[in-house]
Amino acid sequence: MSALVEIKNVEKRFDISGGFLDQLKLESGRIVRRRTVVNAVNGVTLSIAQGETLAVVGESGCGKSTLARAVIGLHAPTAGEVWFDGQRTDNLSPKAMRPFRKRMQMVFQDPYASLNPRLTVRSILEEPVHMHFPELSPAQVSERVAEVMCQVGLDPAWAGNYPHEFSGGQRQRVSIARALTVDPEFIVADEPISALDVSIQAQILNLLMDAQEQRGLTYLFISHDLGVVRHISTRVAVMYLGSLCELTDADTLFDRPLHPYTQALLSAIPRLGADPAKRVRLIGEIPSPINLPPGCVFHGRCKHAEERCRVEVPVVIEAEPGHMVACHGVQEGRI
Amino acid sequence: MLAKWTAFKNSWFLYRFLRDPVAVSCTVVLFVMVAAAFLAPVIAPHDVYDASNTDILDARTAPMWLEDGSSNFILGTDQQGRDLLSAMLYGMRTSIIIGLGATILQCVIGVVLGLTAGYAGGKTDAFLMRMADVQLSFSTLMVAIIISVLVDVLLGRHALALREQMAVPILVLVIGLAEWPQVARTVRASVLGEKKKEYVEAARVIGLPPLRIMFKHIMPNTLSPVLVIATVQVAGAIMSEAALSFLGLGMPVTRPSLGSLIKTGFEYIFSGAWWITAFPGITLVVLILVINLLGDWLRDFLNPKLYKKG
Repeated sequence: MSALVEIKNVEKRFDISGGFLDQLKLESGRIVRRRTVVNAVNGVTLSIAQGETLAVVGESGCGKSTLARAVIGLHAPTAGEVWFDGQRTDNLSPKAMRPFRKRMQMVFQDPYASLNPRLTVRSILEEPVHMHFPELSPAQVSERVAEVMCQVGLDPAWAGNYPHEFSGGQRQRVSIARALTVDPEFIVADEPISALDVSIQAQILNLLMDAQEQRGLTYLFISHDLGVVRHISTRVAVMYLGSLCELTDADTLFDRPLHPYTQALLSAIPRLGADPAKRVRLIGEIPSPINLPPGCVFHGRCKHAEERCRVEVPVVIEAEPGHMVACHGVQEGRI
Repeated sequence: MLAKWTAFKNSWFLYRFLRDPVAVSCTVVLFVMVAAAFLAPVIAPHDVYDASNTDILDARTAPMWLEDGSSNFILGTDQQGRDLLSAMLYGMRTSIIIGLGATILQCVIGVVLGLTAGYAGGKTDAFLMRMADVQLSFSTLMVAIIISVLVDVLLGRHALALREQMAVPILVLVIGLAEWPQVARTVRASVLGEKKKEYVEAARVIGLPPLRIMFKHIMPNTLSPVLVIATVQVAGAIMSEAALSFLGLGMPVTRPSLGSLIKTGFEYIFSGAWWITAFPGITLVVLILVINLLGDWLRDFLNPKLYKKG
């Protein structure tokens, strides 16, 4: 299993302190400069193998979208490295990045915001092809676009229409078609179905899986829908507050979760006939990513937390072959 | 072409437009005024640019329906003996050209700088916007006066002669440069909103160069507020031209504009020749009023939250 994408210890922090004057604070009679920093992603290491679907799950604000944007190169990571097919890509200039743009594409969450309302579907789909294959003639470009439109289930006769003339599911098909026109190897899908109707979700999901089969695509699939994740993914990474909790193949994760957070997350899936008393209930709120708790980020809500969890940040260990988990309790064998 | 026309005929825009009597009558008035202004050499009773046509003895003749009026001059004459109606028609043409020219110039400068500031952010944004702030903190007229004095200094000893010839381009330049910050600020504000949308990120993932993202993807989505401002700014530019001409920094006396007619007439208002100021003044007010009303209508039309009955 060769790794196509490697994410090495990626960190991303956003400075939200505003201008210089906003940063000045009065503290015990002295003016000091204080910056407010959001720790969106804290040292995540992952590798995505050729042809697999790696899903990243977690609740809102846990940094999964930021991680996706760091991988695709929309945000430069504050620290750490992103490697694609044996080459480091996070520090490349826009020009040096261009050959990689053709090989990795992204599908966005909101099909209403991800298509430019002033462009026809034809120009939305032809633009990437013109950009990356300047040697093609206009006829070849439109042939290629028509082919991709057919593949995603859109009638090429609609190409002259504007995005607002399509439904949400059709727009998401356009969005997927835009990613596929340059024939990429790797697609980052940032919650591609969470803005859609449940009945449409299955169609789009099947479309993504068919495209993977036909083109041998590799996916980084961001989602908060565990049912979808189980259906589509080869391996699953669970994130909490910008840190990686657990990473293993999908079946193992859903059958035998090791990390207390994963256990709580999975028990929150509503099931018919399940005993509500057996649900793991988390108490309290997610801490603010501005002031990260010391030690394990989950210790404030974990019923197994001990003194060590409050002071020492757990490192990711391989608890079983292929089953990575970052938890002191698992390491010490008490969970 | 025919398909476009049919699409326009069935459009929501035309439907709403035809059901608003204010908008329709403003368009009719504006159309008549613009047509009259640009047909001035054909329809004006006298050629005011030809000095051999005017006789100083005709100066300050009253309008024809007054006691000492002459049927030769429908609205009377100004202090040089020019037919006032002809001078107004020629003057309206000058005013409209300056109004449109200055608006186009300020929109081009404003859109380019506003897009750059909004998209680049950081230091570029801070620099451009502080520059706009500084300019906004002076009144438009003061900035225009400073710029026109600078133009005079640059032209040197040819200033007077060149000013006469180049009066229109100079006024367009002066008013255009004085008014760009409003457009730039509006565009920047829309760019900040658009830049965060996913279609811009999608364009970046494709690897498009920043200039292409700015002008092809973001700009078309920021232009509707600019369109509305532009209509108001046309009226504003005509007023600025009138004010500058009134101060003696605008059009030369030999080439009338609405502003310069009002200004020269002002000196005779107490000696009984009220018409020299009054008729160009009324024309200017009507012209600016219809343009402003049309701009208001366009703003309401483009704002989906302001649905009116009808």
